[in-house]
Amino acid sequence: MNDHGATEGTHPAVPAKTFLWVWLALVFFTGVEVYLGYIELEPKLMLSILMGLSVIKAGLIIFWFMHLKYEKPSLKFWLIPATVFCIGMMLLVFFWDSFRLAALRS
Amino acid sequence: MHDVNQEAMSSVWSGGASPFAMGSKKLGMWLFIVSDSLTFSALLIAYSYARLNSPNWPRPFPFSPSIVFSTIMTVVLLASSLTMVMGVAAAARGDRGTTVKWILATMFFGTTFIVLHMREWFHLIDEGLRLTSNPWGSPLFGAVFFGVTGLHMTHVAIGVIYLGIISLGFGRGKFSSEDVEVSGLYWHFVDLVWMFVFPLVYIMSISPK
Repeated sequence: MNDHGATEGTHPAVPAKTFLWVWLALVFFTGVEVYLGYIELEPKLMLSILMGLSVIKAGLIIFWFMHLKYEKPSLKFWLIPATVFCIGMMLLVFFWDSFRLAALRS
Repeated sequence: MHDVNQEAMSSVWSGGASPFAMGSKKLGMWLFIVSDSLTFSALLIAYSYARLNSPNWPRPFPFSPSIVFSTIMTVVLLASSLTMVMGVAAAARGDRGTTVKWILATMFFGTTFIVLHMREWFHLIDEGLRLTSNPWGSPLFGAVFFGVTGLHMTHVAIGVIYLGIISLGFGRGKFSSEDVEVSGLYWHFVDLVWMFVFPLVYIMSISPK
């Protein structure tokens, strides 16, 4: 049987301290999000900042915790654009229609 | 000649090359994660659309206790990601005992998240939140809230079971470090999804003071 389960692309050993820093950054960004909610920022501005922070948090998780940083570049160039493109196609419909809905309500 | 062709074909069909220099299990998990991220994206975009479409969308979460409670849930889930990544690192070193301990810690945090989440659900149900109605505004809120958080909680529950199987198998030497890494990918993805659910569903729904 051909063993495709074998780990071919072994990652370099990442120090535990790196993971701890990434984790602290994730907790810090979560704290910022909660603070923005506490001060009741204007909804559109708050949504923009929250989504920006979520993308940064997602990046930290994907690149360090999920080790994408240490995978072959071809995997990154395949995974990220494909996912962003598909989500972008969904947003393409929603995003523009949201302006129409907002105009209808005002 | 026939034998040579057959040999060549057999070599092609049985692999011989691994895309992206990784095992098939890991590549399979990445593919699953891409497809599942699109499922959650569609759900969250549908939620945003329903919210924008409803003039009386409720904002039922007071900062204290609701947001404080969901923040604790978020930190618990983040803690589970830290223990998981430590487990994956221990598995790569071949340290079976430490790996199992880290995975058990991850399962503990995952289970804590589910318990806290269920408590929150029951609290909201006591307040009158149902799939098709609620006392605060648009009846769509219940369906969206239970749909998004329920699908996420299901992923967490499946993850806890998955990690239980992996820790047992790895502890007994039946699974490889790659199996631990693949389960780690799944677990971090579940954490990643919550990084979007928490601000969109909770923080954007804080009750005005």
